[in-house]
Amino acid sequence: MATQIIMPQLGESIVEGTVVKWLKSKGETIANLEPLLEVETDKVVSEIPSPAEGVLLEIIVPEGTTVKIGTVVAWVGAVGEPIPAGGEVPDTGSTTHKEQQPAAVATTPTLPAPQRELGFISPVVAKITQEHAVDLRQVKGTGTGGRITKKDVLAYLDSRTSQVESPKATIPIWETPADGDLFRPTELVFAKQVALSPVNVTPANVTRDTGTHDTLLPHTTIRKHIADHMLMSKNVAPHVTTVMEADLSKVVAHRTANKAAFERDGANLTYTVYFVAAAVAALKTHPRANSSWSDEGLIVHSAINIGMATSLGEEGLIVPVIKGADGLSLLGIARAVNELAERARGHKLQPEEVKGGTFTITNHGVANSLFATPIINQPQCAILGVGAIQKRVVVIDDSIAIRPMVYLSLSFDHRILDGASADWFLAKVVEVLQNWS
Amino acid sequence: MPEMTLIEAIRLAMDEELARDPNVFIVGEDVGQRGGVFRATMGLFDKYGAARVIDSPLAEASIVGVGIGAALYGMKPICEIQFADFIHPAFNQIINEAAKMCYRSGGEWPVPMVIRAPYGGGIGGGLYHSQSVEALFSHTPGLKVVIPSNPYDAKGLLKSAVRDPNPVLFLEPKKGYRLIKGEVPADEYTIPLGEAKVSREGTDVSVYAYGMMHYYTLQAAEKVASEGIHAEVVDLRTLYPVDRETILASARKTGKALIVHEDNLTGGYGAEIAATIADAAFTDLDAPVKRLAGPDVPAVPFSHPMQDWFMLNPEKIAAAIRELARY
Repeated sequence: MATQIIMPQLGESIVEGTVVKWLKSKGETIANLEPLLEVETDKVVSEIPSPAEGVLLEIIVPEGTTVKIGTVVAWVGAVGEPIPAGGEVPDTGSTTHKEQQPAAVATTPTLPAPQRELGFISPVVAKITQEHAVDLRQVKGTGTGGRITKKDVLAYLDSRTSQVESPKATIPIWETPADGDLFRPTELVFAKQVALSPVNVTPANVTRDTGTHDTLLPHTTIRKHIADHMLMSKNVAPHVTTVMEADLSKVVAHRTANKAAFERDGANLTYTVYFVAAAVAALKTHPRANSSWSDEGLIVHSAINIGMATSLGEEGLIVPVIKGADGLSLLGIARAVNELAERARGHKLQPEEVKGGTFTITNHGVANSLFATPIINQPQCAILGVGAIQKRVVVIDDSIAIRPMVYLSLSFDHRILDGASADWFLAKVVEVLQNWS
Repeated sequence: MPEMTLIEAIRLAMDEELARDPNVFIVGEDVGQRGGVFRATMGLFDKYGAARVIDSPLAEASIVGVGIGAALYGMKPICEIQFADFIHPAFNQIINEAAKMCYRSGGEWPVPMVIRAPYGGGIGGGLYHSQSVEALFSHTPGLKVVIPSNPYDAKGLLKSAVRDPNPVLFLEPKKGYRLIKGEVPADEYTIPLGEAKVSREGTDVSVYAYGMMHYYTLQAAEKVASEGIHAEVVDLRTLYPVDRETILASARKTGKALIVHEDNLTGGYGAEIAATIADAAFTDLDAPVKRLAGPDVPAVPFSHPMQDWFMLNPEKIAAAIRELARY
C-alpha cells in the first residue's frame, strides 16, 4: 500500500503551505523519517520527513506551488507500486496493469482533501468511536503520521466530559462573526447609522454584583451577537407593532386535505408554510415592506427572501433564510422550511443559509404566545409574529361560530412604513390566509 | 531469604524433590560424578548416590527412552539433555512416545517425566550450543513446555514439573544460569504450570517474553520508563499449555502487543501469541501485533560480532517498545 504524503498543518492557524523544494526526485529511494521536502508557511521553511520508507512514486505538487493543508503532495511506496484510487496513476505502459485500475481513476483529477486526513483507524479506536459517538475530526492525532491513537481518543473523551458545562470547543458555523445578517457584528454593518443615531448605544453597565448564591454564566458568542443585534435594531429603527387576527378555517381544511399528499412527496406541511406563502403574496403586492432603509433612499429588494426565526432553546436563536421564496410552490416552501429547520436544530446551517433575508417571520405561537412585539431583524423593514392557533368564538354574520384563529403581529420600521401602509400589508396577509384555496 | 543464581535454584529444586520422593531420579550425560557441564547437579551424586543420579551414554534417544520406561514403572525421572541443540536425536521418543503414551493407552500409562535442557545463545557457543528449540516442541498436545526466567520461578516451576503426571520439557536459559539472580525462599513452594505472570505493570505496550528475553525485556522496560513509556511485561513461563487469559487481558488493556524471543522469527513461538491476540483481542488493538525475534538464519554464529548481531538485547527490545508506543 503506497503512503500518501500530505501537506502538514504546521501551526494552529496555518491553512496552506508552499512546496519550496523537493529533496528527493521521483523514483529515488527514501528511508523512514528522511527529509523529503521543504515547506514554507508564513516565511518559515520547515523540512518535512517521509512517514514511510520506499521510493518516491510520484510528486503531485510541484515546487513553488501553494496548496491547502491536507492536500496530497506526493506518494511513497515500493518500486512499481500503483498509487491508490484518487491519486495520480503512473503510466506503466502495461495494459494488464491499466485494466486493473478502475476506469474512473485515470480521469479523476487529484482534488485537495476536503478535510484533514484521519489516517489509519485502529480497531480499538473504531470501537471507542462507535461506543461514544466521537467525531474523529475533533480528535488530535499524536501517533505515527498524525494517526489517532487509543490514547488520543480517550484523552478527547476525557476533555469532552469535563467540558459539559462550558461552550463547545469548536464554534458552530452560525456563530462565526461576519456571516449572516442577524449575527453580523453590528458595528460593521451599521456603523454609520449607529454613529448618527441620537441614542447612545453603549448599554448601561449593570453592576456585576453576584451574591453568594448567584452564578455568573459567561456569555456565549451567539448570545452576545443576539444582544448586540437586538439593541442595535431597537436603537436604529422606530418600532411600531400592529396586530390583526386571521380565521384559518380554510388553511386548516387545506392542510388536512393535503398533508398526506405532501408527506408522500417527502414534505411536512406545517402551518409555518402557509404563513410564509401568505407573507410572500403580501410582499409582492406591497414591495415597500420588502425593503431596507438607507440615508440615500429606500432600497426595495427585488428578491423575496424569507427569514424563519428558529429557536435553539436556551442556546439562542437562528434565522435561516428561504431564498427566492416568491419562486416556490407550496411544496417547495414546505421542503425549504423543513430542511432549514432541521439543519438549524442540528447546527448544520451553512453561512450562506443565514444571509440575505429581506423579511422575517417569527412563530412565537409554538410556545403558546398569542401576540407579541417582535424586534425587526435589521436591515429589514418588518417582522411578522405568528401567535398560537386557537379555536375561538367569533361572530360571523351575527351568529356565533367556533373558528381556528390566530393573531398576527407585525412590527415595522416607522421610518419606512406608516401605520396605514403597514396595516394594508398585514391585511393582505390575513386576506390570503382567510381565502386560502 | 537467600539470593541465588538461576542454576542454584534449579539444583535446589532437584535436591528437594530427590529428598521428598524416592521415585525421583536424574539421568543424563555427566550429571553424576562431574555434576553436569553447567554444574546443575553438583553434589547430588554424592548426596543421593549413583542409583539416583545416573551418568548416561552420549545417546539422547536413550536418555529419554530410559526416562519413559522408568516413568511407566512409576518412577519420576528427570532427564538432562546437555544442550537443547542435542535434543533432536530424542525427538521421536519425546513426540511419538512420551507425549502420546497416556492418550493412546486411554489414560492408563501416564509418563510423569521431566526433560531438562539448557537452551539459547549469547555464550559464544556457536551453532551446536546456542539453539532455541521451544517452537519445535510447543506444538505437541501431551507435552508441556516450561521456560523459567528467574530463580524463584525456576525452583517453583521445576518442582511442579517433577510432580506433574505429564511429560514436561523444562528449557533453561543457559546464558542466565549465573547471570540471573534472585531471592529464593528456602521453604517448600511450587508454582503451577500453565500460568503466565504480569511481571511489570504498564499501560502503553504489552511485551510478552520468556526465559532470557524476559530478563532483557524487564531491563528494556525500565529503560523506556524513564522516557515516559510504560510497558507492561508478561512472563509466559509455560509455553504449552499457554495462559491465554493473562495474555489477552494485557493486550486488551494496552491495545499494543510485542512478542520477544531469540528463536528465529518465522514459525517461532511468537506467531502463536500474535495469532491468539489478533483473534481474540482484535477490537481492542490500537496497533499491529509486533514480533521481535532472532533473524531467519540457520544458527547463532560463533563469531562474536555476528553473535551480537543475531542476539537480542535490552537496547534492541527498548527500540521495538519505543516504536510500538509511538505508533
